[in-house]
Amino acid sequence: MVSLDVLNVSIKYMTGDFRNIGLKDYVVQKLTGKYQVKEFWAVDGVTFQLEKGDLLGILGVNGAGKSTLLKAVSGIMRPTRGSIDVKGAIAALLELGSGFDGELTVKENTYLRGALMGYTREFMQRTYDEIISFAELEEFENQPFKHLSSGMKSRLAFSIACLVSPDILILDEVLSVGDGGFKKKSEARMLEVIKGGATTLFVSHSMEQINKLCNKALWMEKGRQRAFGKAEEICGLYGEYLNNMNKK
Amino acid sequence: MINGYNRIIIKLHKYNFLFSELVKRDFKKKYKRTVLGMMWSMIGPLMQLLVMSLIFTRFFGRSMTHYTIYLFTGNIVYSYFRESTNTGMSALMDNAGIITKINVPKYMFLLSKNVSALINFLLTISVFFLFCAIDHIEFSWRFIALLYPVTCLLIFNIGLGMTLSALFIMFRDVQYLYDIFTMLLMYLSVIFYTLDGYAERTRYLFYLNPIYVYIRYFRIIVLENRFPAPSFHALAAIYAITAAAAGAFMYCRYNYKFLYYM
Repeated sequence: MVSLDVLNVSIKYMTGDFRNIGLKDYVVQKLTGKYQVKEFWAVDGVTFQLEKGDLLGILGVNGAGKSTLLKAVSGIMRPTRGSIDVKGAIAALLELGSGFDGELTVKENTYLRGALMGYTREFMQRTYDEIISFAELEEFENQPFKHLSSGMKSRLAFSIACLVSPDILILDEVLSVGDGGFKKKSEARMLEVIKGGATTLFVSHSMEQINKLCNKALWMEKGRQRAFGKAEEICGLYGEYLNNMNKK
Repeated sequence: MINGYNRIIIKLHKYNFLFSELVKRDFKKKYKRTVLGMMWSMIGPLMQLLVMSLIFTRFFGRSMTHYTIYLFTGNIVYSYFRESTNTGMSALMDNAGIITKINVPKYMFLLSKNVSALINFLLTISVFFLFCAIDHIEFSWRFIALLYPVTCLLIFNIGLGMTLSALFIMFRDVQYLYDIFTMLLMYLSVIFYTLDGYAERTRYLFYLNPIYVYIRYFRIIVLENRFPAPSFHALAAIYAITAAAAGAFMYCRYNYKFLYYM
């Protein structure tokens, strides 16, 4: 059964200094014909299908369009061209550390994040203690969030996020959270979710990790799809490519 | 249409928990968890009222019996409008960290800010009624009709807030331009003066300003102790619906484009 169908997806990004101009400048530039927005295709013609239970690793150097593609699959962005067909509930864990509120306490932030992830209040009340103990933050519960170290912040973020049981799971470099001990624990936890039958997409810079975990892989370069297929094959190709790059 | 309406209802239900958490957050941040914090937010409008009534009673109060109440109605309605739209403007920008990472409906952030402003407004209204009692205003069941302009104003504020928050993401100087706009609007809202000096026809021009329409509604109920005409109700509703439609249009149109600017 196909659970994710990505068909010829392209995403156009706007760049340039349009972000920093005000309304007045905009009007003036429009009138004088100087207003320009540069566009580039962050993702360009990507096509692949995943069956239920598939584990896809996405490879590529920085700026290859991996994160943009995941944002489109998770519904935060909409593809400029092409279509994405998703069967079932999606949980996207993207760059977990951000989006918390420094002024609220750890507890309040936990509930807020849970709500943002689409959990119910009852669910949060039931699992709150579990979350805090998994994140090892029992002593910090009622402290302002800004007092936490960045490692603690991402630990909490991961602990809230990993409670999901979605049909499709999207992970953007979240398998590398925290220090040695927590990293092991978080990886084990994530594997549990994955083994629960979720179709998973994940970005990692560790080819080893992708080779070990995934059955399929997608290699992207400058927004284009270089290759899609069995994980071992793609990892082999990508490894060769990286070696050649280093020789040059 | 009906299908879309149903979808929104289901969504609203699903995000009930999120909404209450967002309201809690905005409330805690605004008042810093103190009762004094809540008092502070009322002190602003009250001080303004005090200064204005001290100064303007000499000019306008002589020919009018309840000048302080007249002033107060203008003040609370205008203050609510300004606070609500000002905080609404930054609603999306303040939550950029969340919007770019998690797929949640963006209007939630705006609605939550509006709830905070509304609660503040209701607090000031209770002080207003206290002043009414002190000033021997006769309370009647007609006061219930005040729910109508409050509802219209709420919808108007949400709609305008949507437009402003979208514009603010794209153009950061909207904040300063809007400051100038609200200041000008204040002088056009007949808050501390009366329209007695204007010709009958000219007076109607003031109804082009929605805020004045809502202020006038308050005054008709509280000071003139009668109901406004049906056409007046229609005008109040038209302004609210127009603002809401414009806001909804902005959000639908730019929903996925906001991301480029954050």
